[in-house]
Amino acid sequence: MSGDVLAVADYRRGELRDVSFELLTAGRELADDLGGELHVAVIAGDVDGFAEELTREGVDTIHTVAEGEEFNHDVYVQAVTALFDELSPSALVAPNSVNGLDYVPAVATRLELPLTTDAVGLSYDDSLEVTREMYGSKVETTVAVDAEPFAVSIRGGEWEAAAPGGDATVESFSFDLDEDAVGSRVTGFEEVGGGDVDIGDAEFLVSVGRGIEEEENIELIEELVEATDATMSSSRPIVDNGWLPKNRQVGQSGKQVTPDVYLAIGISGAVQHVAGMKGSDTIVAVNTDPNAPIFDIADYGIVGDLFDVVPALIEEFGG
Amino acid sequence: MKVLVTVKEVAEAADDFEIEGDDIGEQYLEYDLNEWDDYAVEAAVQLQEEGDDVETVAVTIGPERSEETIRMALAKGVDRAVRVWDDDVAGAELDVEARAELLAAVAEEEEPDLILSGVQANDTGFGATGVALAERLGFEWAAVVNHLDMEAGDPVAAVRRELEGGVEELTEVDLPAVLTIQTGINEPRYASLRGIRQAQSKEIAPKTLDDLGLGPDIVETPIRRTAMYEPESESDATYFEGDADEQAAALADLLREKGVAR
Ligand SMILES: Cc1cc2nc3c(=O)[nH]c(=O)nc-3n(C[C@H](O)[C@H](O)[C@H](O)COP(=O)(O)OP(=O)(O)OC[C@H]3O[C@@H](n4cnc5c(N)ncnc54)[C@H](O)[C@@H]3O)c2cc1C
Repeated sequence: MSGDVLAVADYRRGELRDVSFELLTAGRELADDLGGELHVAVIAGDVDGFAEELTREGVDTIHTVAEGEEFNHDVYVQAVTALFDELSPSALVAPNSVNGLDYVPAVATRLELPLTTDAVGLSYDDSLEVTREMYGSKVETTVAVDAEPFAVSIRGGEWEAAAPGGDATVESFSFDLDEDAVGSRVTGFEEVGGGDVDIGDAEFLVSVGRGIEEEENIELIEELVEATDATMSSSRPIVDNGWLPKNRQVGQSGKQVTPDVYLAIGISGAVQHVAGMKGSDTIVAVNTDPNAPIFDIADYGIVGDLFDVVPALIEEFGG
Repeated sequence: MKVLVTVKEVAEAADDFEIEGDDIGEQYLEYDLNEWDDYAVEAAVQLQEEGDDVETVAVTIGPERSEETIRMALAKGVDRAVRVWDDDVAGAELDVEARAELLAAVAEEEEPDLILSGVQANDTGFGATGVALAERLGFEWAAVVNHLDMEAGDPVAAVRRELEGGVEELTEVDLPAVLTIQTGINEPRYASLRGIRQAQSKEIAPKTLDDLGLGPDIVETPIRRTAMYEPESESDATYFEGDADEQAAALADLLREKGVAR
């Protein structure tokens, strides 16, 4: 095995995503352990511009694949497979992003690579060891992969972004695209979740999660919001249930927020939720479960029942 | 038209649990239908209700206990179910590849036009089985689908994929295809009493590796769990102690101090 690592960058609508720069760090560490080089691929769009940005510390070679304007999983599968065949690396690494979810398992299947996803830690010492979470982030596990080459996708926000600099070589890579095997077509993009308020502007967010149990109980949170002059936001299940509009959803597929205070009520702190609110100045969590992952990022915690704590809090503010 | 929907019984950990070996102790686990699969089942049943000639089949990999979970899908209207299990499967740690292979073997028997699966299973959180299954079958696919626009018999599914940050991608996918379904795509129904009663008489066909023409090597994997632990709490949270009134008073002080509430 070459010991080389092939990392595939993620971008959207003309912009590389943050996780792509974190990927370079994870990829470099793995390449060091494997004793090989770090190759980075960027596929479709302004690949030359992307290559310039991806020239960072630790990157040996950047492969630009000018094929299409935007992500298309059929093209990605073919491109990554062809490049993998050409380079014969020991590892394929990619972000566990929504687009990663859409092509990495297909590439791993086609290349017969064992796949582990959503890694929060990687180490290599004779074989790969992947750290992952299970049971809704309540526990961590380590997983050994006794085969090479292998594929692994990494969670965003777990590695530092690679520093600018370095002297990567840029090479353009072309392959024969099999048009007949392209059975999906991206026809457009749409922003969702505009509307009455922008929770991104709020100083004080009172955020409600599934712990609220019933739609009618949302009123209780509304009372608190009124009494404290706050803005209401929520985790995803509240929006999925149609109890609040989409523009109130905080998280990976919702909105990123950075209020002075984020009060999370009955929210477990799933990674996709945390992705949207970890930049808040002060995080306060109210949850009955002392092990809820939200407490790991909270500055202040109340282990307690929201149906006791929230009414008492409303009273404090004369509601 | 035939729709296959993959369902999984997932384990949830109780608020207080202990780890025994490399898993949470069995007595702390509760089993339920995977949240994402519930939405996939609903999407399948809706297609069945909208089309004249649509058959829906649920498939799961799981022990006898998981029949309880599949019955929930049947009670919501799925026509029949297949459950894959035997001693070899029970003794294995199934990775993405093994799961995809088992499901592919069932799909090859059933020959569906459309397969719906959840984006991820909430216990293991791999998020990869649906797409791996599609590739194995030579089907098209789309991952993280939160809107499906197609009628029974259409050769193409128009879907929305939910990307990060409130952006949706509009994509057309040729059938046959696998769609991995995101929560929020619909409103999963509750099983009616009548549905629950009817589910009792619906078929859950058991399948072994042998039945599917697969050898035991199919479940061998180079991936194995080596440890499980509670992550060292990175929490340096200050906890407000006392009863609810005292906790609320302390929180009120904090909010005033931070200047966000008066
Ligand atoms: C691709 C993808 C994208 C996603 N995007 C997002 C996103 O943008 N935003 C998002 O939020 N999620 C997102 N999710 C979903 C995410 O994985 C979780 O399912 C979700 O965040 C859970 O919401 P929750 O914390 O409200 O519910 P749960 O996880 O069910 O937590 C409820 C909490 O309430 C507590 N509780 C229960 N009763 C009480 C009580 N009486 N008093 C106090 N506490 C109580 C419980 O202990 C528990 O911790 C996404 C998932 C995927 C796969």
